[in-house]
Amino acid sequence: MFFLKLALLNAFRARLRSALTLLGLVIALVAFGLLRTVVDAWNAGVEMASATRVVTRSAISLTFSLPLYYRDRIRAIEGVKRVAASNWFGGVWRDEKSFFAQFAVDAENFFPIYPEFVFKPAEFHDFVRDRQGCVVGRQLADLYGFKVGDTLPIRGTIYPGNWEFHIRAIYDGRDSSAITRQMYFHYDYLNEVLKLTSPARANRVGVFVMELADADRVADVSHQIDSQFRNSLAETLTESERAFQLGFLSMFATIVKVVSGVSYIVIAIILAVTTNTMAMTARERLREYATLKALGFGPGFVARLILAESTLLCAIGAAVALLLTRPVAAAFHRATTAMFARFEVSAPTLQMEVLWALAVGLIAALAPMARASRVRIVDGLRHVG
Amino acid sequence: MEGEAGGVAATGHPRGPQAAVPLVRVRHLSKGYRRGSQRVPVLTDVNLTIGSGDFVALMGPSGSGKTTLLNLIAGIDKPDGGELEVAGQDITRLGETELAAWRARTVGFVFQFYNLMPVLTALENVELPLLLTGLSHSQRRGRAALMLELVGLADRLDHTPNQLSGGQQQRVAIARALVTDPLLIIADEPTGDLDRASAAEILRLMDWLNVELGKTIAMVTHDPRAAEAAHHLIYLDKGQLTDTSPFDG
Repeated sequence: MFFLKLALLNAFRARLRSALTLLGLVIALVAFGLLRTVVDAWNAGVEMASATRVVTRSAISLTFSLPLYYRDRIRAIEGVKRVAASNWFGGVWRDEKSFFAQFAVDAENFFPIYPEFVFKPAEFHDFVRDRQGCVVGRQLADLYGFKVGDTLPIRGTIYPGNWEFHIRAIYDGRDSSAITRQMYFHYDYLNEVLKLTSPARANRVGVFVMELADADRVADVSHQIDSQFRNSLAETLTESERAFQLGFLSMFATIVKVVSGVSYIVIAIILAVTTNTMAMTARERLREYATLKALGFGPGFVARLILAESTLLCAIGAAVALLLTRPVAAAFHRATTAMFARFEVSAPTLQMEVLWALAVGLIAALAPMARASRVRIVDGLRHVG
Repeated sequence: MEGEAGGVAATGHPRGPQAAVPLVRVRHLSKGYRRGSQRVPVLTDVNLTIGSGDFVALMGPSGSGKTTLLNLIAGIDKPDGGELEVAGQDITRLGETELAAWRARTVGFVFQFYNLMPVLTALENVELPLLLTGLSHSQRRGRAALMLELVGLADRLDHTPNQLSGGQQQRVAIARALVTDPLLIIADEPTGDLDRASAAEILRLMDWLNVELGKTIAMVTHDPRAAEAAHHLIYLDKGQLTDTSPFDG
């Protein structure tokens, strides 16, 4: 008890220095938490992936399309329960900053594959009946204030022209992990317009999404699908939805790596700051440590005192950071809401904050501990702090 | 204190009774420091005995080796050669850990600049050395409070060092030195940082410790008034004991 009291009192002896170090620690740990959450948010689509879903795309690249008739041939393969066409539309609503994903899908096959999207039956029925109808997710509707019955004007970029959609339904997520930030409309509408305006681009599909009857047959069925189209003009690559998402994310892998790297650079900076604080502290107190040794305390006691002081400081910083990380993340999400559908600080991220804080406390104390425990008593007593 | 044969005699101005039992025995002690490739001798062939219950003042010009001799006797520095026994224990043979334990049991320290822990109260500062004993919290507190009462600071238990005058801080340091009931009190310029009145108070207190409590005291001082409080004076000059004060000219 006496020991802890001494360590705690020592930790806040130079109040301004300790307060600034603590502030730096809290900022760094909260920044670390935010950056890790950005990485998690980026990977959220992967976590949503189902074990029974597979995706077929062009073997060359995701930017190459596949013929629509592949759908029927894929459907005929044993083990494929459902198959749906899905096309990235890439239009702009209002302006580029108000981004959200739009997909042209064959709704009757697509939504049964995604049971995590929950519709009101009457609204879904209205959507199916309206060729220009579209559905938007609850998160997207809340973000931009979309309501059923609204008209959604979208300027095409991949498919030029001004497109108009009628919002017929708003779907919810089955649970909090579902991302409902997308807009879906009828593939047939897109295809029919293309037949008139750009026939060469008609009857082409970005990807096919399949639901398999058996999750254990993903590799086998994927192999069968790709064998069907081997040596054709449009060879396919079929993979699990998770692998597809990871492949999609790999296009942004460098950005994610940079964000992840920066999160550790932040920790390295605060480690340097805390080490400097502890080194200054220990240097100033060499005479006190020498006095303790003269009184009969061993070098181990002095080392433990410095370690306890450093760890206490970092533990307090971690406690404050833990309290602040979630509210700060919520504020960050409000400010960048168009960018991330889900932005939740996970428990492992909070655990990493605590572990890094304690590691900083330990590492920052090592050099001062070594110096203070090694210093000769007579040299320490002569020291003017 | 006894003068030593072999050309190294330490004589002074005996005021108190001659001590019968030797507490500190120094034989052919030497100590030097390295400066680059050269060895600079600080103490050369020092022989000295301090009796139990004695009050000895070590005097000499700056650089004469008096603080080094005091540090060696206190077990906070190691000699290069010679023998050094304190309370029958040859402390030159002790390892660091044993020496630390020995200091905790045997020696009380009074420093020129008090060397109190600034974040602790007077009571906690005095309690500090008792953490190395097996005493309970309440026993430690009781004993520390008693020591502060003995040095006249019963009403300052909860004051931190910066709330105390220099004289009061030195009295806290003396209480800290006494609290483990050590055989030997080492005082390095205990009045060096005090005004005349406070210095006189501290010297009276040290005299009381010696006469009433029977504590053996070895003190380094430059102050002739402080030296007068001691029973014996030892002069050092250029690392050797001399029989006359180098200040006498």
